[in-house]
Amino acid sequence: MSWFRRTQKGLVAQQKKDLPDGMWLKCEKCREIIYRRDLEENYFVCRFCGFHFRIRAYDYVRLLADEGSFEEFNQHLESVDPLGFRDSKRYSDRLKEAKNSTGMNEAIVTGTARVEGIPYVLGVMDFAFIGGSMGSVVGEKVARAIDRAIELRYPLVIVSASGGARMQEGALSLMQMAKTSARLTLLSEARLPYISVLTHPTTGGVTASYAMLGDVILAEPGALIGFAGPRVIQQTIRQELPEGFQTAEFLLQHGFVDAVVPRKELKARIAQLLRFFGFTPVQQAGEPSFACPEVERQ
Amino acid sequence: MGFVLDFEKPIIELERRIREMRDLADSQNLELKEEIERLEAKAQKLRQEIYSKLTRWQRVQLARHPNRPYTLDYIERICDDFMELHGDRAFGDDPAIVAGVGHIGGRPVTIVGHQKGREIKQKLLRNFGMPHPEGYRKALRVMKLGAKFGRPVISLVDTPGAYPGIGAEERGQAEAIARNLYEMSRLPVPILVIIIGEGASGGALGIGVGDRVLMMENTWYSVISPEGCAAILWRDAGKAEQAAEAMKLTASDLLALGVIDGVIPEPVGGAHHDPDAAAKILKETILRELDALSAIPPDRLVRERVAKYGRMGFWKE
Repeated sequence: MSWFRRTQKGLVAQQKKDLPDGMWLKCEKCREIIYRRDLEENYFVCRFCGFHFRIRAYDYVRLLADEGSFEEFNQHLESVDPLGFRDSKRYSDRLKEAKNSTGMNEAIVTGTARVEGIPYVLGVMDFAFIGGSMGSVVGEKVARAIDRAIELRYPLVIVSASGGARMQEGALSLMQMAKTSARLTLLSEARLPYISVLTHPTTGGVTASYAMLGDVILAEPGALIGFAGPRVIQQTIRQELPEGFQTAEFLLQHGFVDAVVPRKELKARIAQLLRFFGFTPVQQAGEPSFACPEVERQ
Repeated sequence: MGFVLDFEKPIIELERRIREMRDLADSQNLELKEEIERLEAKAQKLRQEIYSKLTRWQRVQLARHPNRPYTLDYIERICDDFMELHGDRAFGDDPAIVAGVGHIGGRPVTIVGHQKGREIKQKLLRNFGMPHPEGYRKALRVMKLGAKFGRPVISLVDTPGAYPGIGAEERGQAEAIARNLYEMSRLPVPILVIIIGEGASGGALGIGVGDRVLMMENTWYSVISPEGCAAILWRDAGKAEQAAEAMKLTASDLLALGVIDGVIPEPVGGAHHDPDAAAKILKETILRELDALSAIPPDRLVRERVAKYGRMGFWKE
């Protein structure tokens, strides 16, 4: 029974960016020591410097869905190994390990939920599952989430976190970029809105497809967002990258995201936008009813 | 003689001997016809033998062969007329992508394609075929222009990838590619995509969504270059050959995986060995495909295009 104990001294490279265990944590950015419970209460945002710790897909579900409203679909879709891919490890083994370490079947969770009473389709990617990479299953789950939104006439929200398309499925991963982008044309035709939320990090093939195709694009403060990763760029141009390059704020400045929204405000902002698009809360059995609030006037 | 790949060497060597023998026969007035014919037959057989069992890595090398025809080489050979149109109307003109309007076999078409350069100055001008966002935006602008008049699109793909640089990121490389995927998915005219050399990643797909996607025989198409894949998964870019094998990136691989719709044969010895013959086969293929696609009403064309990409991939549930 060693599950409650840290089995390794120090952290292995792959887990470096994920939230470590323990009562006290050190902020990666300002190095302040934070009490874990405080951090949890503050949506895993450092209250000293505002650094957003990386959180898991189901944490976002808890953050963005009204309590008990999330109903997952297509959770049984699983990746296969269509190329028989092997590098230092077999792809099939990598998948097994990712499933074991994350408790998830793939790098995205999709379902229906409510936000301030408004029903919608929510998809959340998880960087902990093979770097949030998009293979056939991620692409298919996004496509089906779009279909479900059209079928139910719900708006769509996708929270992205991804290193890009998954190399182990080769061109099949690349084709998921086309699949998801093509399917979004149907959502638009159905006059349903899509809000894309970019979190740290969102790069490569996910950025170059559905993540950048939101009717509204929101980003978490400090999130790394780009097409090429900073290391690849540095190796190509052989010069230092400018300060703040490829951050959410950089994209805001260059006109590629609509707003940088702190995690704490994300739910309220999404609800605000959905109300603008004309969506109203539904009354569920046994719940108090509430009207759509007026838009605040200055 | 120019650039020669390792596996081409035995053929090149044989060709050299044939040339020498011809010169000898001419200058000395010797009767060597039989001997020459014997060697030519041998060279032909050898070429067929080598080219019938190329490895994936050898195909990657052929796709990058410096003498391989590029987009403008094909345009010159297959078009009745062609006028290049420049600029994205927002930032600039990207020489790494060529876009324009013209006729092939009497049919009006919009043509877009990646463009590589051949000498060092041209290579730099064309940025080695690696587009910036304005290249993708120019291509989209011209495709939409043609679509307004019902003109089908021919897209020729040949890129080592979209350029990873500061300006490219500042101007939204990811957004430009994503926008093209979205808009090409619903463009109400036939789109015929042909991989004529390298098809690397989103940089290729950015002008690569179509009703029919074909690959020439000695080309590759994948999610990342073999070097990029090797650098990340093997932590050694030198393992590119292994990565090329693992990624299943050749035309026949992708046909079997349902990613592409067909393979265009090249003359024996590769497109660089006989660009005119390669262009002739390409033109015949384009005309045949255009005839078939033009018969489909635009709304059905778009619906089937979206559905085609919807079927791609493998999973279990």
